[in-house]
Amino acid sequence: MAILETEHICKSFNHTEVLKDISFSLEKGQAVSIIGSSGSGKTTLLRCLNFLERPDRGVIRVGGNILFDSADPSTWQESAVRKKRLHFGLVFQSFNLFPQYTALENVMLAEELLASEQPDYKARKKEVHEEIRLHAESLLTQMGLENRMKNYPHQLSGGQQQRVAIARALALKPDILCFDEPTSALDPELTGEVLKVIKELAEQKTTMIIVTHEMAFARDVADHTIFMDEGAIIEQGDPLQVFENPKELRTKQFLSNIL
Amino acid sequence: MNQIIEQMPVVIHSLNIGFIQTLKLFFVTLIGAFPLGLVIAFGSMSGFKPLSYLSRFLVWIIRGTPLMIQLLIIYYFPGLVLHNPVWGSGETGRFLAASVSFVLNYACYFSEIYRGGIQSVPVGQEEAGLVLGMTKSQIFFKITLLQMIKRIVPPMSNEIITLVKDTSLARIIALQEIIWAGQAFMKGSYGISGAIWPLFFTAVYYLIFNGILTVLLGRLENKLNYFR
Repeated sequence: MAILETEHICKSFNHTEVLKDISFSLEKGQAVSIIGSSGSGKTTLLRCLNFLERPDRGVIRVGGNILFDSADPSTWQESAVRKKRLHFGLVFQSFNLFPQYTALENVMLAEELLASEQPDYKARKKEVHEEIRLHAESLLTQMGLENRMKNYPHQLSGGQQQRVAIARALALKPDILCFDEPTSALDPELTGEVLKVIKELAEQKTTMIIVTHEMAFARDVADHTIFMDEGAIIEQGDPLQVFENPKELRTKQFLSNIL
Repeated sequence: MNQIIEQMPVVIHSLNIGFIQTLKLFFVTLIGAFPLGLVIAFGSMSGFKPLSYLSRFLVWIIRGTPLMIQLLIIYYFPGLVLHNPVWGSGETGRFLAASVSFVLNYACYFSEIYRGGIQSVPVGQEEAGLVLGMTKSQIFFKITLLQMIKRIVPPMSNEIITLVKDTSLARIIALQEIIWAGQAFMKGSYGISGAIWPLFFTAVYYLIFNGILTVLLGRLENKLNYFR
């Protein structure tokens, strides 16, 4: 069964249609790459999934349960939205690490805040804190940052910052991890180290949606590729088929312009 | 010169009493205006239009008129116009009226500094908190607040140092702060009259106190330099 299904998502900003009838689904353990030129609505789609924007129309289901339904206002209540966001993780183009916290604290913060809302938190405070710290340390180690845990974001390179951001998003064990152009703010030589950890995540069967301009990466790492243009899905399918043998004229034009 | 040295202990004693009143007004204003300013800042940023307009209207009135006039109106209006002298008589009443005026005035200035500080924190910070399942209040207290404080320390330092000197305006309602105490020696106080030097001497108090504040605020600024 699909872990994520989105049906007929539409979104407009001031009468400009940014998303037009977006439908796709994603199996557990799959990675989907979304490609397309700037302004094609890729980022807005990720923001809708993470409840940073509210679609005007459409349905979002995770694990078969309706998370969002534009026809049912009770599914968009702010109090309910908060827990729903936890199904998704989001890695931003501009990292958005919290500058006043160390790399380790950045990874630990959200998990600690959630733990502090548990009724038995006071009694088990030390134990819980220790668990969270160990978890965060193992994530940062997985990202190759075992020597950078005590550093503040401004002391890290862009690539290191983005890897901290990935660890931070993984800390809450989201069902689906979204990447919004994770390497667009990086120098070419730093791009590789970030792509490498995303590739490792794909090998571990992390369910992911990756919006990217790195075409070779979008082709090699994903199980499924979606090409978007002017807010609509033009073509989707197996990455090799979309890249090597596109059916649609616009996909061909896009690929020939960038390759 | 000899005369000044003779008069010095009496003058310093009197100036000290005045300066304590100055300090009291200074600290009461800070303690009241820090939180009230935040309330007004949230009011003017509120999505609820009537509240936002009301807050901005208040800020416009308070920043648009002299503090001296606000002091006079707040102190005299209840008694003269409403025939209900809420402040009571004597130094306690004057201090109360001065405190209310100063807290209100400085809260409005602070609110604009807070607003600028909050709005200068990149929106990505809030979004990062949201996608990590944080509540709005967790985001404010755990993420935005410290970044805001870091950004507002320099403009706040300016306001705080201005406040030290502005407390002297309270003498318009005869609050016996340090300038009032210094000036009293011109008319006659503790058997000394026609002496203008004690008034000049009050400046030394302001200078030393502001010097201490400048050092402390500079340290706070340095302390917050551990992140960017």
